[in-house]
Amino acid sequence: MENWIIYLLNGLYFASFLFLTSLGLSIILGVMGILNLAHGSLFAIGAFVAAWIVGSFGDNSPIAIFSIGLLAALGISGLMGLVLEISIIRPMYRRALEYQLLITFGALLLIEDLIKMIWGGTAYYASKPFSVMGALSIGENLYPFYFLFAILISLLAGAGVWVIMSRTRLGIMLRAISMDREMAQAMGIRIGRLNTLAFGIGAALAGLAGALLVPTTPALLGIGMDPLILAFIVVVLGGLGSLKGALIGALIVGETRSLGIVFFPEIELPLLFLIAVIILVYKPEGLFGEK
Amino acid sequence: MLRIEDLVKDFGKSRVINSASFEVKDDEIVALVGPNGAGKTTLVNLISGHILPTSGKIKFLGHDITSASPYRRIKSGIARNFQITNLFEDSSVLDNVRICLFSVYDKINRGILSANYYRDITQEAEGLLNEFGIEAQKHEMPPNLSEGDKKVLDTAMAFALKSKFLLLDEPTSGVATGDKFKVMDTIISAIKKQKMACMIIEHDMDIVSDYSDRVLVLSEGNIIAQGKSEEIMEQDNVKEILFGVKK
Amino acid sequence: MNLKDLVLRPAFFICAGIFIGMLFLPQTLPVYQLMLIESGLTFAIMGLGFNLLLRYTGLLSFGHGALFATGAYAVGMMGRWFPDLYRIEILIPVALAASLIISAIFGFICVRHTRVFFSILALALSMVLFALLVKLYDLTGGSDGIHIDLPIMFGKSYDGVKRFEFLSGGYYYFLLCTCTAATILMYAIVKSPFGMALQSIRDNEVRAEMIGIRVRRYRWYAFIISGLFTGLGGALWSFVNGHVSPEISEWVFSGEIVYMTLLGGFMVFVGPIVGSILFTYMKLYAISITQYWMFIIGASLIAMVLLLPEGVAGGFVKLFARIKRANSTGVR
Repeated sequence: MENWIIYLLNGLYFASFLFLTSLGLSIILGVMGILNLAHGSLFAIGAFVAAWIVGSFGDNSPIAIFSIGLLAALGISGLMGLVLEISIIRPMYRRALEYQLLITFGALLLIEDLIKMIWGGTAYYASKPFSVMGALSIGENLYPFYFLFAILISLLAGAGVWVIMSRTRLGIMLRAISMDREMAQAMGIRIGRLNTLAFGIGAALAGLAGALLVPTTPALLGIGMDPLILAFIVVVLGGLGSLKGALIGALIVGETRSLGIVFFPEIELPLLFLIAVIILVYKPEGLFGEK
Repeated sequence: MLRIEDLVKDFGKSRVINSASFEVKDDEIVALVGPNGAGKTTLVNLISGHILPTSGKIKFLGHDITSASPYRRIKSGIARNFQITNLFEDSSVLDNVRICLFSVYDKINRGILSANYYRDITQEAEGLLNEFGIEAQKHEMPPNLSEGDKKVLDTAMAFALKSKFLLLDEPTSGVATGDKFKVMDTIISAIKKQKMACMIIEHDMDIVSDYSDRVLVLSEGNIIAQGKSEEIMEQDNVKEILFGVKK
Repeated sequence: MNLKDLVLRPAFFICAGIFIGMLFLPQTLPVYQLMLIESGLTFAIMGLGFNLLLRYTGLLSFGHGALFATGAYAVGMMGRWFPDLYRIEILIPVALAASLIISAIFGFICVRHTRVFFSILALALSMVLFALLVKLYDLTGGSDGIHIDLPIMFGKSYDGVKRFEFLSGGYYYFLLCTCTAATILMYAIVKSPFGMALQSIRDNEVRAEMIGIRVRRYRWYAFIISGLFTGLGGALWSFVNGHVSPEISEWVFSGEIVYMTLLGGFMVFVGPIVGSILFTYMKLYAISITQYWMFIIGASLIAMVLLLPEGVAGGFVKLFARIKRANSTGVR
């Protein structure tokens, strides 16, 4: 019985940074209509930044340094997102959607090698914060406190996004754009600037998610590809543009992953995908999306 | 040919079409008129299958098509154009018509021989373009055509589908006033030649009186009058709705 | 338009000339150059398949590596599990059959969605295949891959022959003929009523549906045909490369496929062929001078999309059109 609790709690851990990543992807897709193929790379940048900071400075007060790492990851990925949007995505608005996909794909390739240039091909470990936090005893098993920390941060970030989206003027404008772009434009909303901001927020969330991952998984080249695909599955499952959908979708995917690793260890990704496909066959708009 | 029985359409709480009933006979040309927002386009969408009714029946050639998909309805002979011309912008005028013919003759899935090999279809397409007066532009691309020619092409394509019943949503909107009658002449003479039935949404009352056999007046989702155009136009309630003239 | 009209067009003479010229390459080129061209030819077949989806049906797939891998692994697994049947007359049909099944499944899943979701869904599916190829070690050789032996080709065994001899001998002509046949077949498909239907779907899918074309079904057909060509390319490539490994199903290679097609220009029929061959040279050169190959592709892809979306062949076509127009209006 306790094993099941551990599996479910592990699933929550997976779900936490999946939630952040998919939320970012969903915001970009919702507000700008662009599927950001470089999202995984922004995740990776966050991971490397945090891992590097912790690895270089984090021996003495790992948690404090790690928190700085989280903020740095958030900031740098967000900045990178702003730069990307302004430099290469903006000229693409008039073009067909496929060109936008190609541009973000080009950015993906670019950033992957950029990471290689800056950090080389080695793995960056940042396990100090994880080990320092210790673990909670659940029956015979240990549940790491770090997992709870990660879940907490994700929920806080998610709550922050929710507050921005529903309570601030900025958020209302962003939501207006995602509901009806032409209408929003007609009402005088400055689409260009808000698009940039939306991309920046999405990128920052991805970076934060990447940073949250590194205490348990080292930062490696290609670390962003799985999160990209999983985030996409979450967005498609949960329905586009829905924060609730991202949350529930992340939970489903996270739990499935956790249970999949235990019971079908070799093929949890294909299995996950199969489940997503089956759901999509019956509900192409996702579980909470609008048609 | 087409029979509508007690058709109702609600969008949420508002009733857009309220218990409409009417008939269109074989080779009849019916004009659907009414003020903006009366529900004319909704009615056309219900007939073409793009939206499904809340209740009521639609019967076409004796078959109940109330819940049939647009694809099914096309295959059984209902074709429509769109208010905003909806053409294949990357294909020539000739190809626009040829695609329709290939589809109708079920040859659209032929994958090996070049389309140009099918001479009879090409000739038929050219003939159709000729009938509509646009054969000269057969190698032009739609973006280079005038609005009037685009509308004519749009209608020619609906024709190519060899439908029995044509739904035309404002076939002369966007056409220069001087050309409107020429376009209508072309379309109507082709329709009569093929003995098709047709329902036209029109705002221009001159066109309505010159070209239609019967008129349906729609106001706020209700059919308030139907009959020959000269008789209808004399009715007070119609005059009020259409022209704002109060007795 | 009958055969006589077709044969008399200048384009036909150019193509025939190129074909005849290529027949003499084994005598004139050093073997490693020939192998590059052969790689390019297999990619060209793949590119034709890919472009059927992109240019003619309007669907951008970021997962075509999986279909290429299907063909390549079909050969590999036949060699591993059914060595008695290791004849090219059997291997190619088996590869095609495998491609048919995989593309039917992948296609069925992907075409149900909007064009944007299609792209990333294809990517996701290819990564699933990648994961399977890596994890199912016993079946597929895992990340080590499978070594590809020389097949028995039309009764002649190449046991003991060195690969480069095989590749500069009978195999080259076989590959050239297959590539030519594939090109002609694809051209026929694109010009047929079916090809028109695909283009109408790309152009205006709402109208296409209104004309009675079942959009989803035709997209599926296009995906399957695309998969067949791509898988064929993969199978033929496996002999040139001598080895198949899971990376060909990974996103990087799928991205290279997209890149090749764009490089040559996807709006022109021969664009993917030009792009594939150009790409093999480009990649070789770039890898020899830097380890940051992805950066180069990424940056040049972005530059291409921003500045020269028509690609190389497309750029030429545009140039010709401009020259033609200038001449006809008397402007010098």
